[in-house]
Amino acid sequence: MTDEAAARRGLAAAVGEAGLAALVALALAGPLIGLHAVSLPTGLVIETRWPDLAAAVALVFAGRLGLVAVRDGRLWPAALGGIAVAAAGWFAPMPSHLVAVIAIAGGLVVALRAGFGLLRRARRAHTPGAPREVPAGLGALSRRGALWIGAGLAVVAVALPLLPFADRRVLDLATLVIAYVILGWGLNIVVGLAGLLDLGYVAFYAVGAYSFALLSLNFGLSFWECLPAAGAFAATFGILLGFPVLRLRGDYLAIVTLGFGEMIRIVLINWVSVTKGPNGISGIPRPSFFGLPFTPNPPDGTTAFHQFFGLDYSPIQRVIFLYYVVLGLALLTNLFILRIRRLPAGRAWEALREDEIACRSLGINPTNVKLSAFALGAMFGGLSGAVFAARQNFISPESFTFIESAIILAIVVLGGMGSQIGIVAAAVLLIGVPEWFRDLQEYRMLAFGGAMVLIMAWRPQGLLSHREPTIRLDAAATGRGP
Amino acid sequence: MTGDAAPLLRVEHLTMRFGGLIAVDDLSFVADDRRITAVIGPNGAGKTTVFNCLTGFYPPTVGRLSLTRRDGRAFLLERLEGHCIARDAGVARTFQNVRLFPRMSVLENLIVAQHTRLMRASAFSLAGLLGLPRYKSAEREAVDLARYWLDRIGLLARADDEAGNLPYGAQRRLEIARAMCTRPALLCLDEPAAGLNPRESAELNRLLLAIRDEHDIGILLIEHDMTVVMGISDRIVVLDYGRKIADGTPEAVRGDPAVIRAYLGEDEDATAPC
Repeated sequence: MTDEAAARRGLAAAVGEAGLAALVALALAGPLIGLHAVSLPTGLVIETRWPDLAAAVALVFAGRLGLVAVRDGRLWPAALGGIAVAAAGWFAPMPSHLVAVIAIAGGLVVALRAGFGLLRRARRAHTPGAPREVPAGLGALSRRGALWIGAGLAVVAVALPLLPFADRRVLDLATLVIAYVILGWGLNIVVGLAGLLDLGYVAFYAVGAYSFALLSLNFGLSFWECLPAAGAFAATFGILLGFPVLRLRGDYLAIVTLGFGEMIRIVLINWVSVTKGPNGISGIPRPSFFGLPFTPNPPDGTTAFHQFFGLDYSPIQRVIFLYYVVLGLALLTNLFILRIRRLPAGRAWEALREDEIACRSLGINPTNVKLSAFALGAMFGGLSGAVFAARQNFISPESFTFIESAIILAIVVLGGMGSQIGIVAAAVLLIGVPEWFRDLQEYRMLAFGGAMVLIMAWRPQGLLSHREPTIRLDAAATGRGP
Repeated sequence: MTGDAAPLLRVEHLTMRFGGLIAVDDLSFVADDRRITAVIGPNGAGKTTVFNCLTGFYPPTVGRLSLTRRDGRAFLLERLEGHCIARDAGVARTFQNVRLFPRMSVLENLIVAQHTRLMRASAFSLAGLLGLPRYKSAEREAVDLARYWLDRIGLLARADDEAGNLPYGAQRRLEIARAMCTRPALLCLDEPAAGLNPRESAELNRLLLAIRDEHDIGILLIEHDMTVVMGISDRIVVLDYGRKIADGTPEAVRGDPAVIRAYLGEDEDATAPC
């Protein structure tokens, strides 16, 4: 009797709370969604969109009700309601595409939260009094399967151009994503392993790209000759940046690196005689297949790729080739980083992140450790930059703005600092998904921002934040003590 | 100075000023090989400052800190950079507030301590990247040393756990083991018994005595816990307001009126300035 009364009161409170949220939504969305200014030849006209407004307010009401239900432990109704809303978004006609997307996503979120709650309740029922165990999440999964997932991803990546759906758009996108994966891995050395917050990483990307462009145009060097040079130039710039910031940490370091990134960009804009300034450099030679160019009609005396292999000319050959170049570079990068993490140099980076003073007391020279992290991180940025220049065929300072640094940093943070596979996942998410959903137009960046907020709320440590020790006692060969 | 009779560590006229504050005032003492030398004193007496000067965290205002290793190599610590003091002169230290690498595993903490040796063996990563046997065997040796110390401090079973997840007493022992993994000539411990229960601090006493006897190194100790200090020290240096007020065996220091005065205050009837 009293239970029933309490339940009814709880329900009334929940409806009240949801109603309040809906009222707030109405006040906010009324002018934002309900009114729409349209520019007609006769002048500016205000149109109304009442169905959209009603749908938005109803969604807020339903969403709040679902969340309150989850909070109060009414999990089954919340789960079913969430699924119902998502299904309605999918099947029922909605006033606009966006409303449908929000209905589906919101319904699923509520249903998922309720589902997790049910799962937890079931587990607790099985083991009463047992300590609440941490649910086996992505972290544990990645520990068990990191090797297999990594190998599987590599196989998929190698086979991608052979798959039926791999048209030019897919391959271009994959190339872009992998280039960002390399950038993420490079920045991860500096930020994730050595713990030095670098907001100007794009500077090294720019150095690599301009190194390749200028060397190949001015000195006629080929892509393969320029690639190591681009890496070396970028590493030199990494050390140049490293020296003045040796004593800085945290926020101060971030500010200086931010300034460094801008400096490089502004130099590129203003040093017109060398970099052609804001016009950028065009006509960067395409990489060739060991001396065989990818052109339909090669100049006299040379053989084109398709002629040499007796194929018909197709522009996609070059796209596939470039894809494999980037993929090979990425695999090499990964191999290098996985290895160096298990070496004293890599462990010293992590030790530096953990405690610089303790490092010094153990005889580790923090200067060398920081400079090596900056240099190697910058090197991978430079390599990726050279590939970028080769892919785009055109570079200008426009491509190396702060937002690029921010995106690369977001990849590292979102992936879980220090995790190789996490960075791949984050790069696919941050680069691949927005490119893929270009059709959403202006809502693309909204979805991007929303996804980031959701992920950081859900996994504040990043997608895969589990850290596996670089050496294990049982795995190490046994021997006798000194 | 570098003769056969040179003590392991000789501190001469060490003075450290911070602006107008004199933290350490004309302090001289020696610490011998295979001996435990304790530096004690009331709070704020300048003990940790002495340590920070010794280990290169502060450059002393005045004074000479000479360290002579058993192989005859001598170092003037006040002229070396912090990391060189640990790397070349062989002075290892622990910290008052434990400074482990909390998100690395226990074993990794001990391997990082052997950085210098491993870095050389890996030819600054080149041999290591190529996986040459010379690096592999060096790493195996490093693991063996780590295993030895893990066994000594009773943490063998937790070698692969994150260091930050260890209980406090174990973290303190791990820090000592990490310092020992640098193969030091002088081990400086800044309040190693702070926060330990009586059983743990008795264990610590045994560990320190064993390190002194089996590893033939000098130990310099700052400590408040008198059971530790009186139980294991071979020699005690007492500081008060940055000055040395006593220096001798535990028995001699225990009965020294200046020490009693510094710790307990002066008698009611003897308030005349001295």
